Amino acid sequence: MIPLLRGLTWTVALTAGAFLIGAVLGIPLLAARKSRLLPLRFLAMVVIQIVRAIPPILWLFIIFFGLGMGLMPISPFNAALTGLGLIAAANMAEIYRGAVASIHHGQFEASAALDLGRWSTLRDIVAPQAFRVALPSAASYLIGLMKETAVASTIGVAELAYQGNQLSQLTYRGLEIFALVGLFYVLLSLPIAWLSRVADSYLQMKVAR
Amino acid sequence: MFPSYAEISTWLPDLLAGLSISIQVTVLSLLIGIPFGLVLALGVLARNRVVKILSLFLVEIGRGAPALVLLQFIYFGLPTTGLTLASYPAAVIALAWNAGAYTSEIIRASLQSVAHGQREAAVALGLSRLDELRYILLPQGLRVALPALLGFSILIFQGTSLCFTIALPELVSRAYEIGSTTFRYFPALLSAGMLYASISVPAALLVNYVEKRASLYAHR
Repeated sequence: MIPLLRGLTWTVALTAGAFLIGAVLGIPLLAARKSRLLPLRFLAMVVIQIVRAIPPILWLFIIFFGLGMGLMPISPFNAALTGLGLIAAANMAEIYRGAVASIHHGQFEASAALDLGRWSTLRDIVAPQAFRVALPSAASYLIGLMKETAVASTIGVAELAYQGNQLSQLTYRGLEIFALVGLFYVLLSLPIAWLSRVADSYLQMKVAR
Repeated sequence: MFPSYAEISTWLPDLLAGLSISIQVTVLSLLIGIPFGLVLALGVLARNRVVKILSLFLVEIGRGAPALVLLQFIYFGLPTTGLTLASYPAAVIALAWNAGAYTSEIIRASLQSVAHGQREAAVALGLSRLDELRYILLPQGLRVALPALLGFSILIFQGTSLCFTIALPELVSRAYEIGSTTFRYFPALLSAGMLYASISVPAALLVNYVEKRASLYAHR
């Protein structure tokens, strides 16, 4: 039980870290995706597609074994954080893009009528509403990312799945241990889902329809 | 740093054999998982409490636990009860469970999206519940579900990479093995990544196209 709880803290740390990286890096990635420069737009699209096309476990291997062996040694946790952060950035950029696309067209017309510039339209009109629209999908992505962190066990990050694996080899009671590990992941996702519902019902009131 | 032409030509047969296993596992998991998802969706909507609770349980575990933990539960956990599975069937069962749980939510939402008048009309025409499902709800509901189901299929394809952990010789395992024997990890893993992308990227573009077509249909 104790090792599992220790694993739990690593799972939470990895999830929070990767999500934070993704939520922040997703913004410039979306900006590039929406840029008026064709090469930049194209580059952002290719980056997002490629990052999402390769399974997370392979990204972690590429970073940990591929780059880590020789080129630039990296700790398992940092490798997992980099890989999952990269994947989160691509996915968050897509979530932001969907949210921006859902903003009512009248909002853009009204900003043009008020002679707001491109930048201030984005910052004062689009971003505050898009944030609220993006919240539920971002929360369900956060839950997905939390489960994705289990792949970090393959490069030796001592998180929940790793501890479960070690413990089951030690005790030969795989059935109960993996069931418990699965339950821990389910329990972790409950507060995120609950918080997202509460925040969503509060924020939805402030989006123009 | 990048694979040379000679390296690619020696590795490619091995990597392609791995890719073929990844694709087989994907197809089998979807062939079992999507019908299972339909059964689970109907189970969750059922009036019988026992069926409903059992279906909800299977859906919540299948969705709530990471696919990696499902795999390890079936491959490393079940043998303690005396049921030992080879890595191939264990991979298919775990991913089919995962797929069933996710697709049941997709299918349930799409069945519920069929306009209420359609069900009322089916009742008014005196259709049995099975006929109502078969001729009225499924043809309309599955059309709504199709883009999401296709999108999810890509995720299952990527999910087969997790089978590395249960020693299934799929694409990631092969690339890792090449890396550990030649110590050329980066080029080997990169080649595997390109093979994944060569399937996922066209598939993602196809899903985008289907989504656009489906939304055109919905707006009318």
